[in-house]
Amino acid sequence: MTFVRATAAVIAKDLAGEFRSRELLSAMLIFAVLVILIFNFALELDIKTRSTVTAGVLWVTFAFAGSLGLNRSMAMEKDRGCIDGLLLAPVDRSAIYFGKMIGNLVFMLSVEAIVLPLYSILYNTNLFKIGFLGVVFLGSLGYVAVGTLLATMAVQTRTRDVLLPILLFPLVIPVLIASVKASMGYLQGIEAETIRPWLNLLLVYDTVFIAVAFMMFDFVVEE
Amino acid sequence: MSVTILVSNLVKRFGLKTVLRGLNFSVRTGEFVAILGPNGAGKTTFLRILATLSKATLGEVAIAGYTLPAQAAAVRRRLGVVTHLPLLYEDLTAEENLRFYGRLYSLPNLHKRVQEVLELVGLFERRADLVRTFSRGMQQRLAIARAILHDPEVLLLDEPHTGLDQEACAMLDEVLREVAARGRTVVMTSHDLVRVSELASRFDVLSNGVIVASVQREQLDPDQLLAFYRQAVRQGDQSAHQSLAAVHQREEIL
Repeated sequence: MTFVRATAAVIAKDLAGEFRSRELLSAMLIFAVLVILIFNFALELDIKTRSTVTAGVLWVTFAFAGSLGLNRSMAMEKDRGCIDGLLLAPVDRSAIYFGKMIGNLVFMLSVEAIVLPLYSILYNTNLFKIGFLGVVFLGSLGYVAVGTLLATMAVQTRTRDVLLPILLFPLVIPVLIASVKASMGYLQGIEAETIRPWLNLLLVYDTVFIAVAFMMFDFVVEE
Repeated sequence: MSVTILVSNLVKRFGLKTVLRGLNFSVRTGEFVAILGPNGAGKTTFLRILATLSKATLGEVAIAGYTLPAQAAAVRRRLGVVTHLPLLYEDLTAEENLRFYGRLYSLPNLHKRVQEVLELVGLFERRADLVRTFSRGMQQRLAIARAILHDPEVLLLDEPHTGLDQEACAMLDEVLREVAARGRTVVMTSHDLVRVSELASRFDVLSNGVIVASVQREQLDPDQLLAFYRQAVRQGDQSAHQSLAAVHQREEIL
């Protein structure tokens, strides 16, 4: 119960702080919208090619915007020494990890909730398919599960802004490939049998990395 | 009186650099110990180990009967810590910050307790204001409120007067006196000899990673504290040079 209460306290604190400052969400959102617009002008897509590149464009946008948010989220804890405040609390440190991870997931899903309709309008593509939205959730979960752990490591270095993408992107290649393939499958209406292996990969990745982060977080935050 | 903090042969290394060199230290329940020392003596490192934020390379540390790092969670419940940084969220109000930390400590009657500590540090009227609007002194007062929110047995303070004006220092001293009067154990590092001479019941000098001198308040005239401190630091430097020379000599022989 203490674990759940501590996790909920961290989530509530992150959401309340962000609701006031809008620092993190606005940065992620502006970046994501700019990337979508740049792709829109750069690719000049016809209807046929549009359906094949949509998944790639969206996941590149989510990945880059997500790394911005992850960095900022942990930097806020580090800069004012608040990470020490969290570590001083008599709670299981993985509760802090889960709190930060769920907070980051909420921010990433919020950005996606704005980017997806915008993309639909700009590219005249219907993205509102249950299967595709499920893939967006699973992909984002895997991304923030690894990203939160790595951001905690990176934030303790002087080169945190550079270090996070260098550490993060090689590790999330499986989740990005699986997300792009599964998203493309749903958007092109490919049969479920073809998409299932990618969905399985996403589920396994999410489970494994959440478990790894759960076990590793205590060591990562140790000085 | 029982011993609340017991440290034996504490060594802390960062790579090749040894910051604490076999430090021994003990504090009885209810004592107010000021740790004095020059910059780089290892005061902050020592306090971070006591606060469970850093692990010792060698040696034993026990607080309130619990050993570190094995029983760190039990120790954390009994510790209040004030560092150079306020450990507060600027985008939350004073009350929200305390409520957040109170939830992490699973405090009962949280609303009442938050009000009590806000009144104690003189910030009750500003409880609904964002921390980003607070002066450095007000933030430090709120940091004290955060540290004593769960009524800890041991309060660790790392140079809490740094950056505070006279009024804020006086307010901080008043809070610390009140905490000490309630029988809590306090360990504070400081450079401000005048302030600590009025607060602490014992003065320890940390130099080159070891406690080189220790004196009870009643054994020392407050005017003599500076002379005592200087002599202790000089002795610490000499013994450090001697031990370093001995190490070099041994290396040459080998």
